[in-house]
Amino acid sequence: MIEGANHTSSELLAIMSARILRDGQVVFAGVGVPLLAATLAQRLHAPGLTILFEGGVLGPFVVPGELPPSTNEQRCTRKANMILPITDVLLLLQRGYVDVGFMGGAQIDKYGNLNSSYIGDPSNPKIRLPGTGGGNDISSLTQMIVTMKHERRRFVEKVDFVTSPGFLDGGTSRAEAGLPAGGMFKVVTDLAILGFDPVTREMVVEALHPGVTLNEVRDNTSFDIKANGIETTESPTDRELSVLQEFDPDRIYTA
Amino acid sequence: MGHASTLPKTYQKLRDETAVRDRSLREKVMTLEEAASFVSDGEHVAIGGCTMSRTPIAMLWALIRSGRRKLTVSRSIVSTEGDLLYASGVSDHIITSWFSQGIVWGISQVMRHFTENHVAKFEEWSHMSMGLRYRAGAMGIPFMPTRSMLGSGVRDVVTESVKEMICPYTDDKLLLLPALNPDTALIHVQRADKYGNAQLDGLQFMDLDIAMAAKRVILTTERIISNDQIRRTPDQTKIPFLTVDAVVEAPFGAAPHECYGNYEPFFSHLGAYAEATRRDPVAGVEEYLNRYYREPKNWADYLSLLGVTELLDASRRGRSIVND
Repeated sequence: MIEGANHTSSELLAIMSARILRDGQVVFAGVGVPLLAATLAQRLHAPGLTILFEGGVLGPFVVPGELPPSTNEQRCTRKANMILPITDVLLLLQRGYVDVGFMGGAQIDKYGNLNSSYIGDPSNPKIRLPGTGGGNDISSLTQMIVTMKHERRRFVEKVDFVTSPGFLDGGTSRAEAGLPAGGMFKVVTDLAILGFDPVTREMVVEALHPGVTLNEVRDNTSFDIKANGIETTESPTDRELSVLQEFDPDRIYTA
Repeated sequence: MGHASTLPKTYQKLRDETAVRDRSLREKVMTLEEAASFVSDGEHVAIGGCTMSRTPIAMLWALIRSGRRKLTVSRSIVSTEGDLLYASGVSDHIITSWFSQGIVWGISQVMRHFTENHVAKFEEWSHMSMGLRYRAGAMGIPFMPTRSMLGSGVRDVVTESVKEMICPYTDDKLLLLPALNPDTALIHVQRADKYGNAQLDGLQFMDLDIAMAAKRVILTTERIISNDQIRRTPDQTKIPFLTVDAVVEAPFGAAPHECYGNYEPFFSHLGAYAEATRRDPVAGVEEYLNRYYREPKNWADYLSLLGVTELLDASRRGRSIVND
């Protein structure tokens, strides 16, 4: 990240991921940076973005300064088009109504599998993490954008546990496991934007944030990662930062 | 004493258990303590609401005070109430999709303590799978096919409870989720009549399916309204009286969690709880249980401990949902 830049790494994550969302898309957003990024995209370039929350909310507009503690509180329902049971909002994924699933991750591997359940051996874990929530459903059933900090301990050769399936063992293994739809699309970190090779399904570097080198990305990734015609992203604009700060004045999600 | 099985029961048993229930339009208002006596040790209890929303805290408070043991507890997502159920010994087996206070407070150190030391079990299913299991239970069928959880570790750790099948129509690979039919469902609502017709504002979560799936439903409600009032807006009735066995009036019955349109989470209280359990998970949760669960004389006494200032603040925020 740029030395002395006027933004935190969480703000960078929110802004870079917001830019990937397109107007008119239906986005299933998790709490934290995804919620913030989807809301930011709605305000900036995608007013027709439909947000879904797993608490059972279809098409809300979160109010600035009232970020919810999860996607299951009344704050998530502001200006929503519909409130529906949890099972039914998740079934929209299975039915195929959702363009993008969008969530954070604790640990990811080179095929985009996510772990938010156990650090260490699942039968005797070093750390028991909170678990999947809707993460497994979202990543099983639609195309995914994942946003997370770029650290060696988070970017691993193989996750300790597949909570949310990416491309499993690469190649065609995802479809063979019974997941013909969806898969990892982008991983947005505080260093780079990563995609996946269409054949091997291995993670590749697609773009670097301003001031970041490819070596820096490799130093912070504990598996070999290829680069694919690297571009450089644009720095966060004042407008993006000010809207973000308006939504999260207490820096609950962007500390 | 064994734990309740959470695999499908026979259809005959499901029907027999329902047939013997008094499903007539009868009055069933009682106290928290009376309703708590409906629950036996070792049962499977499903909790309505989700994370910090419409958690039936008053009923859980009564269960903890009544000293129930070894309940298997299921819920869509578990927040602070899971810590309290583990630490009080009421439950040593929680089935859910996510377990921690809430993302802004980080991982529950109490959940970590109990699970990492193998004192209690956190059985993890995906969120939609929890919902489909309750729905199968509500529909009176033994399983629900899904396209989720396939290929994942989440599927592997519950491998003894699930089956895979090839669809006889399309040859697709499907996962079969076993129906969940809880012994008791605990559900908190904004209003209900004395017969148990429950009207529910805002987020419904999995509550309708849980009520239909359970062998017994204990309803707590912010207020009891007349049956005439229910009959003026029957389209707003979400849980039918014939599934309900107990109605308890419990104002602020989800505090310090939220009840849609009435009050939002009590953020200062919850922040203090997170801080105390982060410092020392075991002592922190024990002190909390003593102060808020064991020592108060009654529910009003508990609410006094939460304090008028927080109660007013949470109510002001809660009611603001109707503001433009």
